[in-house]
Amino acid sequence: MKNRAPLSLHIPEPKHRPGDRPDFSDIKVPKAGEMRRPDINVAAKDTLDLAYSLIRVLGEDNEVHGPWAPMLDLELMKRGLRNMMTTRIYDDRMYRAQRQGKTSFYMKCTGEEAIAVAQAAALDAEDMCFPTYRQQGLLIARGYPMVDMMCQVYSNERDPLKGRQLPIMYSSKKHGFFSIAGNLAMHFAQAVGWAMASAYKNDDRIVSTWIGDGSTAEGDFHTALVFAAVYRAPVILNIVNNQWAISSYQGIAGGEESTFAARGVGHGIPSLRVDGNDFLAVYAVTKWAADRARANLGPTVIEHFTYRAEGHSTSDDPSRYRPADEAKAWPLGDPIDRLKKHLIALGKWSDAEHTALEKEIDEQIRAAQKEAESHGTLGSGKLPSVKTMFEDVYKEMPWHIRRQRQEMGV
Amino acid sequence: MATMNMIQALNSAMDAMLTKNADVLIFGEDVGYFGGVFRATDGLQKKHGRQRCFDSPIGEAGIVATAIGMAAYGLKPVIEIQFADYIYPAYDQIVSAAARLRYRSAGDFTCPLTLRSPYGGGIFGGQTHSQSPEALFTHVCGIKTVIPSNPYDAKGLLISAIEDADPVMFFEPKRIYNGPFDGHHDKPVQPWSKHPLSDVPDGYYTVPLGKAGIAREGNDLTVLAYGTMVHVALAAAQETGIDAEIVDLRTLIPVDIETITQSIEKTGRCVIVHEATRTSGFGAELTALVQENCFYHLEAPIERVTGWDTPYPHAFEWQYFPGPDRVADAMRRAMEA
Ligand SMILES: Cc1ncc(C[n+]2csc(CCOP(=O)(O)OP(=O)(O)O)c2C)c(N)n1
Ligand SMILES: [Mg+2]
Repeated sequence: MKNRAPLSLHIPEPKHRPGDRPDFSDIKVPKAGEMRRPDINVAAKDTLDLAYSLIRVLGEDNEVHGPWAPMLDLELMKRGLRNMMTTRIYDDRMYRAQRQGKTSFYMKCTGEEAIAVAQAAALDAEDMCFPTYRQQGLLIARGYPMVDMMCQVYSNERDPLKGRQLPIMYSSKKHGFFSIAGNLAMHFAQAVGWAMASAYKNDDRIVSTWIGDGSTAEGDFHTALVFAAVYRAPVILNIVNNQWAISSYQGIAGGEESTFAARGVGHGIPSLRVDGNDFLAVYAVTKWAADRARANLGPTVIEHFTYRAEGHSTSDDPSRYRPADEAKAWPLGDPIDRLKKHLIALGKWSDAEHTALEKEIDEQIRAAQKEAESHGTLGSGKLPSVKTMFEDVYKEMPWHIRRQRQEMGV
Repeated sequence: MATMNMIQALNSAMDAMLTKNADVLIFGEDVGYFGGVFRATDGLQKKHGRQRCFDSPIGEAGIVATAIGMAAYGLKPVIEIQFADYIYPAYDQIVSAAARLRYRSAGDFTCPLTLRSPYGGGIFGGQTHSQSPEALFTHVCGIKTVIPSNPYDAKGLLISAIEDADPVMFFEPKRIYNGPFDGHHDKPVQPWSKHPLSDVPDGYYTVPLGKAGIAREGNDLTVLAYGTMVHVALAAAQETGIDAEIVDLRTLIPVDIETITQSIEKTGRCVIVHEATRTSGFGAELTALVQENCFYHLEAPIERVTGWDTPYPHAFEWQYFPGPDRVADAMRRAMEA
């Protein structure tokens, strides 16, 4: 008989389930301004502390702190606030449209607006983005027509994607927004290829790409890090750790024993972990990473620590797997609220102005929705010609697809 | 004009395209300094520079994924997957991304990449260096699948593939890299230099995609084949004395239905030959197409000669490989029916 304890299998489990009182006191939140800001040509190993901590700029006092404070002009911050608010209200309207049966599906990014909107502000308009389905804020910040966004969600006669894609899987080359696939993580490695192409052509455009905490378990995530490091691709590799992947918490993706940012360090990629609900901190780390890419120093990994404040999608009821009031207990607050309070603390904004802006955006979005719906909603019968179903499989339609179209009688 | 084997012809195609178009670049495992394990990219890095032809990490998914990103940018990446047997890690990127990018973005983004990969048996490669996975790709809409059978076509087709606006799977029958192989493994190996289709122009020329070739004209029966099997079918025709018309498909998707139909309307009999496993192989699609398009011209049941539905067994290479005797038997059956 061997005198050994039997083995046991570890299955990670979140601390709180429905019915429990949410408590995030185990998350160590460093004070704003506490983290150092290294030079952009830092070695990966010298970012290890930053990959395990949390870069924060906006403090509890609503003021900016420390070396990462980006010193933004007021206009940029106000535009950021407006874009985040637009994203949230747009999400609410589209979510409701799904509930009213006007489309099949919708996904919000509530609580995560800063990640897309602050990045859009920190990047050049020509820089290329390979996002997931939760960075609709990029399109809004880059001025993509909202009516077109809605028409895509409705799969109607004006849908730029001709009714081919699930709602929210936008595509706009003109706005540097890569076609969303729905197959998680695949685009992360494709983004590296786009960045390599840009470097190959001695272009000056860089790439930013996003992936969810859950999706980092896919091989394509790790492949992307290998290729990005090997070829020093000018790419920003963002991990959006919103704590949840549908119903599985980030521990199931390997977040229990390490941070997601730390994955980058092992690949030789300087890596930062940032308070994803802090518009100014997200802006600052993005700028730092973009400067690295533009200086031919290669990729940067950024983990955005945030919280998915609502359900995964319209098909999800999060109260079945996490405490219903967990979002309220999230220690890093709400990105819109925090930027608003900062502007108020600066004496440049007020509750009254905020409410007025909310109303203005709401009216804009309602008007856009009215126009979009005049082109049809899903199931209304206002669709692109069914002929188009057979187009774009190849540049030239081959004979066998043409015959199938004829067989359908169109 | 120069005499080239298939490797030299492929190398010449890539050389011509690197010269012609600065947006063409080549990468894959061992393809850079070393020139590839089959030497297809030999000398290209030296001639065109490291950024035009370079080594990749051993990550097939990453090779294809980065090529997709490059193609979306506007480049023309030509990537090598060292053996078709190792393409599966990249299958998701090919099927879910490369093949659908044009469609899902309504033409906003496109994916003009070329994926080269040696395939097929006859080299004692065992079950991990002998597979013929073409049907896994012909089943996928949005990609084209091309397989050459001789040096002249290999070069012209590869140039067409690189210039094509859509992703192309370019499978190279590695058994005939150095010489045509008719399946008689016990006979001395023939070099390409004795074959007329080893006369290959030096510079740029194309062989169009979607057009079959006629490897042998005949009136009694039609053989549909591609890659190595074209040469096996030629041997079987000669040995049986059956006046077979041998159609070399060259492009599997989109397949040249006109040439197929014309030939079968003339002969009334059809034998389909491929090295890949039988069930759901490309021969099944060809059988259906012939049935749909030529049923009233058929005078005999369609015959299929294929690899067996087993992995490629190392020690039983020649029992597995569909050689000229099996093709000859099928031809006789078709004639006697
Ligand atoms: C390859 C693949 N596997 C599974 C799914 C189904 N799926 C869609 S979203 C999702 C969770 C993703 O979580 P995460 O990466 O954390 O992103 P988040 O939704 O939190 O933004 C899953 C499992 C998919 N779309 N693709
Ligand atoms: Mg998540």
